[in-house]
Amino acid sequence: MSIEIRHIPDRLDSPLSGVLRSWEMLLVIVAVLVFTFNSFASPHFLDVWTLSDMTFNFTEKALIALPMALLIISGEIDLSVAAILALSSTFMGLAMSFGFGTPVLVLVGAVVGLACGAFNGALVTGLKLPSIVVTIGTMSLFRGVAFIILGDQVYKNYPESFDYFGQGYVFWVFSFELVLFLIFAAVFAFLLHFTSFGRRLYFVGRNATSAQFSGVNVKRAKFILFCLTGVMSGVASVLLTSRLGSTRPSIAQGFELEAITMVVLGGVAITGGAGTIPGVVLAALIMGLVTFGFGLLNVPGIVMSIFVGLMLIVVIALPILWRRFVWVMKNDK
Amino acid sequence: MNRILKSREMLLAIAIVVLIGGVATRFPDFASPLSLAQAFNDTSILIILALAQMSVILTRSIDLSTAANLCFTGMAVAMLNAAHPELPVAVIILVALLWGLALGAFNGLLVWKIGIPPIVVTLGTLTIYRGLTFVLSGGAWVNADKMSASFINFQRQSLVGIPVLSWIALLVIALSYIFLRYTKTGRDVYAVGVNPTAAVYTGIDVGRTKFIAFCISGLISGLAGYLWISRYVIASVEVANGYELNVIAACVIGGISIAGGVGSVAGAVMGALFLGLIGLALPVINVSPFWQLAISGAAILLAIVLNARSEKVAGRIILKKAQSA
Repeated sequence: MSIEIRHIPDRLDSPLSGVLRSWEMLLVIVAVLVFTFNSFASPHFLDVWTLSDMTFNFTEKALIALPMALLIISGEIDLSVAAILALSSTFMGLAMSFGFGTPVLVLVGAVVGLACGAFNGALVTGLKLPSIVVTIGTMSLFRGVAFIILGDQVYKNYPESFDYFGQGYVFWVFSFELVLFLIFAAVFAFLLHFTSFGRRLYFVGRNATSAQFSGVNVKRAKFILFCLTGVMSGVASVLLTSRLGSTRPSIAQGFELEAITMVVLGGVAITGGAGTIPGVVLAALIMGLVTFGFGLLNVPGIVMSIFVGLMLIVVIALPILWRRFVWVMKNDK
Repeated sequence: MNRILKSREMLLAIAIVVLIGGVATRFPDFASPLSLAQAFNDTSILIILALAQMSVILTRSIDLSTAANLCFTGMAVAMLNAAHPELPVAVIILVALLWGLALGAFNGLLVWKIGIPPIVVTLGTLTIYRGLTFVLSGGAWVNADKMSASFINFQRQSLVGIPVLSWIALLVIALSYIFLRYTKTGRDVYAVGVNPTAAVYTGIDVGRTKFIAFCISGLISGLAGYLWISRYVIASVEVANGYELNVIAACVIGGISIAGGVGSVAGAVMGALFLGLIGLALPVINVSPFWQLAISGAAILLAIVLNARSEKVAGRIILKKAQSA
């Protein structure tokens, strides 16, 4: 029994060797390597403004990856995040066309996100449906509604004060997007690693039935996570809409796959029950660095995606192969 | 009799008849045999992709890379055809099958030999295959004027009054039915999905079965690649972008359980037909095509709610509280 319990923590028990051999350490090394490579690849890379521009590559997706990490740890998934983003953006455009100001637009973005998330959560927890199919369905539904409202039209001419969210800087090179992401990363790290709610998510992801028997309200926890994911997609929608300055129903196509790639690359088990927020933040940084580095080398975006895909497979395969290798070595002795 | 009426396939068949009948009340031509045969032909590619996806989903896996495979293989055969217009269509089809098979086998090997979850593998290869399409083509398109006449016209030829494309779909339907019902591997596919642990104890190689399912999915995606390119006579990196979700949607609507082990060939075919018919019916009844995405989303949600309810009756409840957890 004691052996079973030792499997539950998200960290290895011995503090120092644990840190050195941890997934996060591996990610730090990869990040440093990519960073070094980039600085050799282009003389313009090591410039604070270049680095600041780089962060725009990942902040919006990473904002969605944070709640997605919690969701995947608890054993669920949300494929509809990009569609929620599109729908939020469309409703913001709609609100703008009725003459509402910036505060209302932001509120609309967040509330639409929350409503979509709650809809997903209600279907998954209320009707006990598998989240992967539910969110494939809502993915079409949400983006479909955006298409019904907008068709081939486009919303633009957002108020000038609205530009701040995607284009403004809090101070010096620190953009509003980056600062907001860092704040939310801290909030989610606290929620997952320092509250009982966070600890319970691991339990739910490992074994929902035994969590239920131990007094964890599994349904409520999952419902909250879907709502959180929806709200954060709405927040990301505010940032992206503000940065692009326009809304089309095809906005943020494919964001869901990139956000999930960040989460998995960050060491979150796709089967649930393991993972950390620092890992996800590092993975977001690495993906930003890699795509930006390729950009400096004039590599087209689609070729970068080959490396993102390869990275996803390799980082998952390596630990499995390593464990198998260690196991074989042990048995040989 | 009661069971047949309550079955998912029957429900779906009724839905399809209602859909056709509803449109036909205002536009009788929609239900004419010629128009229906045309509708089947238009849906053929979705049907064969749904059947390929079904064998993967039955083993508790998922193949998100199917549309990327289609795009990559399609580009490969289109470029082959542009470079060597003298090659007969048979060679093109063989190349498409083998090319697709290789991509599917790569997915399958990662799942079988390394043990990476299928959703992660195919999420990765989805972007890799599409990226490789760009590398292969250099971002260029292959247009109709670069394709040979035989390459384009093969699927349009009429055989006993039915286009070759429809014949291919019928052939794939028949082969899928025989494979899943009458071959040992086909039965293994169900066994693996229903209960992998029990399958192992019965002597079934679970990993190998999944590998075979991925190979089938790749093989058919490759074939669909050639059919797609010769049908829409353009090969680009953007071909069938996001189409994997339509394919999965067709399976879900067809009653194939994403948890594995449950689903039939008839279900997958009708799921694809249902989606295809909605797409064809909208312009006829003068609804903007922009409604299609939302309607298919709603159809998916409705289908899974209905499926979940009928599945619950089938299971025997041993631990009541555990079930409700």
